[in-house]
Amino acid sequence: MRQSLKNLPAWNADAHLSHVVKSMPPSGIRKFFDLVSEMDGAISLGVGEPDFVTPWHVREACIYSLESGNTHYTSNRGMPELRDAICDQVRRDLKLDYNPAKEILITTGVSEAVDLAFRATLNPGDEAIVPEPCYVAYAPDIVLAGGVPRMVPTRLEDEFRLRPEEVAKAVTENTKAVLLSYPNNPTGAIMTRADLEDLADVVVENDLLVISDEVYAKLSYSVSHVSFAQLEGMKDRTLILNGLSKSHAMTGWRIGYAMGDSALVGAMTKVHQYTMLCAPTMAQVAALEAMQKGNEEMLRMRHEYDLRRRLFVSGLNRIGLDCFEPRGAFYAFPSIQRWGLSSEEFAQRLLLEQKVAVVPGNVFGQSGEGFLRCSYATSREELIEALDRMENFISGL
Amino acid sequence: MNEILEILSENAKATPSEIAALLGRSEADVAREISELEDAGVIKKYITLINWEKLDNSVVFAVLELKVALQRKTGYDAVAERIARFSEVESVRLISGDHDLSVTVRGKSMKDIAYFVAEKIAPLEGVQSTCTHFILKNYKEHGVILTEKPKPKRLVVTP
Ligand SMILES: Cc1ncc(COP(=O)(O)O)c(C=O)c1O
Repeated sequence: MRQSLKNLPAWNADAHLSHVVKSMPPSGIRKFFDLVSEMDGAISLGVGEPDFVTPWHVREACIYSLESGNTHYTSNRGMPELRDAICDQVRRDLKLDYNPAKEILITTGVSEAVDLAFRATLNPGDEAIVPEPCYVAYAPDIVLAGGVPRMVPTRLEDEFRLRPEEVAKAVTENTKAVLLSYPNNPTGAIMTRADLEDLADVVVENDLLVISDEVYAKLSYSVSHVSFAQLEGMKDRTLILNGLSKSHAMTGWRIGYAMGDSALVGAMTKVHQYTMLCAPTMAQVAALEAMQKGNEEMLRMRHEYDLRRRLFVSGLNRIGLDCFEPRGAFYAFPSIQRWGLSSEEFAQRLLLEQKVAVVPGNVFGQSGEGFLRCSYATSREELIEALDRMENFISGL
Repeated sequence: MNEILEILSENAKATPSEIAALLGRSEADVAREISELEDAGVIKKYITLINWEKLDNSVVFAVLELKVALQRKTGYDAVAERIARFSEVESVRLISGDHDLSVTVRGKSMKDIAYFVAEKIAPLEGVQSTCTHFILKNYKEHGVILTEKPKPKRLVVTP
């Protein structure tokens, strides 16, 4: 060994990390994850994914495809049959026509689509408006893309719908895009056609791009989902992000898609081809089966969520955890403000004293403080038991 | 399907108050509809699905396929109803295809069932032939997979 390489100071990996990554806050749920993992007999209402296993016909189609040796790359944009099937479904559901050759990209989960959307559109310093409380990935993804997230609050008195005034207030000369995420994680809120129309004025006035994460669209109860892209004249400026994770109980498969103007989707495809090449082939095969033949199973699961939703939300209100009616996704977002505890304190004590895990609302942004996210994607028996335990907890406060 | 029936067909123990919570209806309303369904004979009985293979005291089941001569006036009904009266018989169905009646029989042993078929079913007027299939293993019953492995685990908290 050369003399100069001896007696070196200890390698400092930390000094080699990017400032952007270093300054990213750690995920707020980590602490709860560790606490719950070590606890016996805890009921977790903290899970943001279906409790259903992917329907058998989908798994079976994938197994068959693997047996046939279908293990190669697909085209960057994804299997043409899958793109066709998704465009067909969107034509049926939203009455919108997208060209499967140019206006859709199959991604590795909606997660990748969110990341690509920001990377493909934001220049350094560009701002994107994000309504809070919201899914935890948007702000970090914007930062990683060199942009600046502008969080705007939504409130209980509006049933957590986004007010156009809030968007207008947050707009600066650097604002490029507004992100919509309805049905919403963590609140279960939806935006009706009228709500979206109110928003359209601000969007057009400020020439904003709308990035719409609609991963819970199929899980809308007693209302049909309306996409911002369906509003008159809004299709071109809307990028729809969706996937099969929630609707078809396919979280582990990692399939999502982005749909919109060919220039936008083309730009995302450029990034995708260098970072991902293509979404996993076997998962695309499974997604194709789900798209073509999975409607019955999807409806069956949605029906079960709807039953649980009624059971759970009425139960929360009965025991004093006031909750507005969530009309989408599989979350209830009750208020705990009357007890004057912070969301974190409440959630931690509930877990330690009664072994029920929920996610404190502030994890999803400041305007989530004073609320809890409770997922009802768990069995009826567990929901009933959890309500009993929560009632015990509250009576001791 | 009627939403109440759907819930009860999955779980006979669901109480009116539980069903009411699931459907967002009042308990009295649900209770009234259930008794109407009972009175109308739509709901016949509340039963329990038992996985007999978990118990050692043996219960044997067999499916019989019967060819039956069609009777003037009564068709298959007279023979089918006659067979249905035996307490050993769990179900009687008229089916399409090679055979006419499919009958499920329950007994303590294969021999038990074989004798029952020989003594009571085969000699019946109108029964032309019988074919007895003993059930060796039950994989799925009433929509429930009996050989199901434990559910795979999810991460306990996810965003
Ligand atoms: C609003 C929202 N968007 C995107 C995702 C990620 O979805 P995927 O599994 O398709 O990456 C989630 C998952 O929790 C979510 O809640």
